[in-house]
Amino acid sequence: MDFKGSDTVPGPRAEDQLPQTTTAAAKIVIVGGFGVGKTTMVGSVSEIKPLTTEETMTQAGIGVDDDFGSDTKTATTVAMDFGRIRITDKVVLYLFGTPGQERFWFLWNGLFEGALGAVVLVDTRRLEVSYEVMGRLEEGGVPFVVAVNTFPDGPRYPLDDLRAALDLPPDVPIVECDARRRASSRDVLMTLMRFLHTLSLRGSLT
Amino acid sequence: MTPPQRRRRQPLPLPPPAPAPPAESPADRGKQPDRLYTITGPDGERAPLDLVTLIVACADPPSSATPEQTVVLRMCAAPLSVAEVSAYLGLPFTVVTVLLTEMLAAELVQARAPIVRQKLPDRSLLEAVMHGLQRL
Ligand SMILES: Nc1nc2c(ncn2[C@@H]2O[C@H](COP(=O)(O)OP(=O)(O)O)[C@@H](O)[C@H]2O)c(=O)[nH]1
Ligand SMILES: [Mg+2]
Repeated sequence: MDFKGSDTVPGPRAEDQLPQTTTAAAKIVIVGGFGVGKTTMVGSVSEIKPLTTEETMTQAGIGVDDDFGSDTKTATTVAMDFGRIRITDKVVLYLFGTPGQERFWFLWNGLFEGALGAVVLVDTRRLEVSYEVMGRLEEGGVPFVVAVNTFPDGPRYPLDDLRAALDLPPDVPIVECDARRRASSRDVLMTLMRFLHTLSLRGSLT
Repeated sequence: MTPPQRRRRQPLPLPPPAPAPPAESPADRGKQPDRLYTITGPDGERAPLDLVTLIVACADPPSSATPEQTVVLRMCAAPLSVAEVSAYLGLPFTVVTVLLTEMLAAELVQARAPIVRQKLPDRSLLEAVMHGLQRL
């Protein structure tokens, strides 16, 4: 690392600093296939310029061809975009945009652990890329809502048809969104919060 | 045109097992940064360092601080999540947790445990989040 000179010291801008009273952070995960709009959604609701954290996976974690011999280890870097919303003087919310492909599951232990819930972003051009992640969330007891990003070149299905195709339980919300619009992305997060609230009133997460 | 059909799954009776550690030769074992560090949450429970654990500097950088530690201490004058520290340093999450664990042990920084999902979501928290989102 080379952090010489005080003008190049990395860190948040003064206006992006959290108040000292901030006691705890919660997180929500936005998960979906490549190009579905995760980065766009994080960026449209975040109060800070979205940041990127990365993690390194070894070959074994990726689960791809390991015919290179066990001595060769390729490390792959996986990046996650995230943003932040201040909720109160004490609480701050983080949103992580996470690839939904199988080869990234290695990292998920830490990520979904403790997340309040998830938004599964789906794209009608490639619905099935999100099916495995939905199954994993169900198995892990992570509550989620489905947001359908509508791309101009994608097929349009009525939401009821999509609900049936995705085999969603009747109470799991499915909504359309435009991740580029802050209000639309915010509504998706509100839908997730209302869903969690309903689960809480009902007295169970499942 | 009909969309492809999925089949819903049931929650697993037990929490999903930790993923198998990457295959490694015994010689590599000592080098792997293990996530064995813990911090103490408000309820006294010990929890691992999370992406959204908040880090706060305890004091000005002591003269013994390494350059990296000095950068982290400046950065964490106000609370900052581990994910943000990783992003600003441009270092992988795991590397940053190792650095922060040392700093926690040396009492250079404090950690504030994250809010984690409960079996029953905390309704007042959800209401606060909804309120916060409405202001966006
Ligand atoms: N029409 C439309 N385009 C979108 C929407 N969300 C994202 N995009 C575009 O889709 C592309 C990929 O989005 P990105 O957020 O990078 O996807 P990611 O790979 O999931 O992070 C970008 O060019 C976006 O501008 C949406 O809701 N509607
Ligand atoms: Mg992206």
